[in-house]
Amino acid sequence: MAKINKTIKTITVDADKCNGCRACEIACSSFHAEPKYSSVNPARARIHVITDRLRGIWLPIFAGEYTPAECMGRNKYIINGKEYDECYFCRASCPSRDRFKEPDSGLPLKCDMCEDDPPLEEPLCVQVCLNDVLTYAEREEEVDEDTVLDDAEIALQSLIDEYGMDVLLDTVNRMLQKEVE
Amino acid sequence: MRYAETGYNLEIDLSTGNIERVETDPRLMELFLGGLGTNVKIHWDRVPPETQAYDPENLLIFSTGLLCGTPMHSANRTLISCISPQTNLLAYPMMGGFWSPELKHAGYDKVIFRGKSPKLVYIYINNDKVEIRDATHLKGKGAIETQEIIREELGDLQIQVSAIGLGGENRCAVASIEQSRGSCSRGGAGAVMGDKNLKAVAVRGTKDIYMADGVKFWEVMDEVRAFIRHRNENPLPGIMPILAGLGSPQSMLHIDEQWHTESFAWGNARVRRRNFWTKEIEKSWGESQTEAIERLISCYNCTQQCGALISYRDVPNYLMKCFSKLTYGMAAYVDDLDFTWRICKRAFEYGLDSFSTPQILAFAVELYEAGILTDEDFKGCPTDKEGRFFWLLDRVAHREGIGDLLADGTYWAAKRIGKGAEQYDHNTTKKHEQMIIKLGMLDPLYYLMYSTNEKISITQMEGNWPQAPFPRMEDREAFVEDWVQLPHERFKKYFLDWEPRGEFSNPHYPTPEIASEIVDWMETLHNIDDAIGLCAGVGSFCLKPPYHIHNYPKLISAATGLDLDEDSLTHTVNRSRNLHRAYNILRGLKREDEKPPEDHWRRRFPELEKELLTTYYKFKGWNEEGVPTRERLEGLDLPYVADELEKRGVLKNGQD
Repeated sequence: MAKINKTIKTITVDADKCNGCRACEIACSSFHAEPKYSSVNPARARIHVITDRLRGIWLPIFAGEYTPAECMGRNKYIINGKEYDECYFCRASCPSRDRFKEPDSGLPLKCDMCEDDPPLEEPLCVQVCLNDVLTYAEREEEVDEDTVLDDAEIALQSLIDEYGMDVLLDTVNRMLQKEVE
Repeated sequence: MRYAETGYNLEIDLSTGNIERVETDPRLMELFLGGLGTNVKIHWDRVPPETQAYDPENLLIFSTGLLCGTPMHSANRTLISCISPQTNLLAYPMMGGFWSPELKHAGYDKVIFRGKSPKLVYIYINNDKVEIRDATHLKGKGAIETQEIIREELGDLQIQVSAIGLGGENRCAVASIEQSRGSCSRGGAGAVMGDKNLKAVAVRGTKDIYMADGVKFWEVMDEVRAFIRHRNENPLPGIMPILAGLGSPQSMLHIDEQWHTESFAWGNARVRRRNFWTKEIEKSWGESQTEAIERLISCYNCTQQCGALISYRDVPNYLMKCFSKLTYGMAAYVDDLDFTWRICKRAFEYGLDSFSTPQILAFAVELYEAGILTDEDFKGCPTDKEGRFFWLLDRVAHREGIGDLLADGTYWAAKRIGKGAEQYDHNTTKKHEQMIIKLGMLDPLYYLMYSTNEKISITQMEGNWPQAPFPRMEDREAFVEDWVQLPHERFKKYFLDWEPRGEFSNPHYPTPEIASEIVDWMETLHNIDDAIGLCAGVGSFCLKPPYHIHNYPKLISAATGLDLDEDSLTHTVNRSRNLHRAYNILRGLKREDEKPPEDHWRRRFPELEKELLTTYYKFKGWNEEGVPTRERLEGLDLPYVADELEKRGVLKNGQD
């Protein structure tokens, strides 16, 4: 398989340095506003500082992948004697809860590293974090070139996922025979 | 579309339970910006001067600042205004934390409370849904504890709660309103809240705040941010560490408290301990502070670290405000910081002002030592310094025994105790406890600030001008070189000419004219910060701050769409300042009230002080009595204020 270079973008979160100011949430929601910078709303941010001040919890998490289905099981954390809501520290935009969804439409949000043209030097959350909780790095990695699927293949793959290869082949055969008849 | 502000206030009548969302007049922003400015206007319009603090008509207004919730770093202040039970004037304590931006995201600029609830309640604002909820289960609970219980019972850690403790419930005149790591402390707003039977206001919001020109706003913020980063990495040279950086004095970050502990007075604002800061103290304070602080923390959208999570031995966790680290210990003459970490927790739970309360307790100790308060009054009180303070603090918060008198503050307690107790009330101005400073030579700038400002509390008026002249000319020259924050070049000359001794030193220099100009500039900065909701620690309270008169107008214009420049912004905050002044004058404020504590300086100059005050009044457009003239008021589009002052006989028709 062919090898290609891929840029890996990383934001390192040094949670010990976080003072819980939420400047990152503000910057994120402002950058992603339509038009850009026209509004602010941390509830639309793709980063969220989980805060429980008296228990010493300040943890920035970035909106991860949208997931159409909940996990098979849920997790619970107990930290310093306090039990947190199920999946409290999860990054996913998931049907089980409201986090990382647009508050009005419910559409999922995902961190895109502030993709822009021309590109920003660093994602805006990193720029505004003057305590250097968030630091940005890019590195090149050699990876296998992905096989690009065309639309028909994607559709077939989802049918296979749904019904299994055997059912699908049987069905195709039956349809072919019908055409012959 | 409304920019920066939401355009709605929440009106809650606690007597009837009526809740209304009321659209505000967009022109008010143009005339008064927001925050303190628009609050003053509401009080002027709706609370007549006859109203007393505990009348149901006394409004209690929780306000955001105009730029709270925008991307402006450190614009997070909550300002609460009401008639003060202590001073009978319009008080406006402020706090940092997280409450104000949350309210804006819920869709409101202010919450205006009137009336009194028949039983203890709290308010839950969740965007458009607003509830008055039973709070009888919270009666007597601590102000910190209450925030936690409410978050827990509403099931959302992102809810921000402002709450009172027992101090507010019992109408202690120095009761605060606590929230996160901040508190609205000065002037007893917590007592008014308690009088209204309002335990807490919880808020959660997920709506947008719109920017008129967000792109332009971020351009200016990029410069501000670069400045903050630079200053954090390069504190001002030659300035004591506690004042060399940004934020409120960095008492959590720094161990070195030589300046505060040796320059400020201990006990009932009595004694300076000039050799206090020994190697042993530095070591013990360093160890204690390192042990107590689990983490330095910030307020909303601010990366300075002025607060701390305190996690100390058997004391339940709490959040420390900067200067409380010193006030109780110094008032009690206790050298061990262990006492501080313990008593602050209890005092914050009670919800009592960390400036006034320790002074009241120290005042009581003095009265006891002088025989004015007796063994009967102190029955059951431990004899050690620490125990005595805890005991007195409990009495005040519970209003038990002697605490019932002390809870009204030093001035009123002295009056009621009598028997010469007034002699010991030596550090109040306008019935309010002042900063614990006793110095030698009259300082014309501080004379004017102490005397005249609506804030009464000095820490919220001073700031941009160094507290003392620099002895060496080369240091002065270096200091003015990059002093871009000044409003005019001529201010540099004032600073260069200012000497520690001789003709160009206190009390005769800065001259009354120059002193008026400098003080007016500092006040203007505070009035801007209080209108836009910016923390004074990056603006008006700070030497060479990132925000100043040259970039405020750009930021306010970009956020709001108003067309402001330096002059029109200054003019706008002068409008609210004069309205505030006129309001307090209608409430009885007089020229003779405008003076610092008598023993603030050993060397006083009555003639010069008179000249200073008269010159300043004139500079401000006020008459000999300190009343804004008709001409001044009309120039500020406040003819209706002049009419009212004339109607009530404060301004004489045709005379200034």
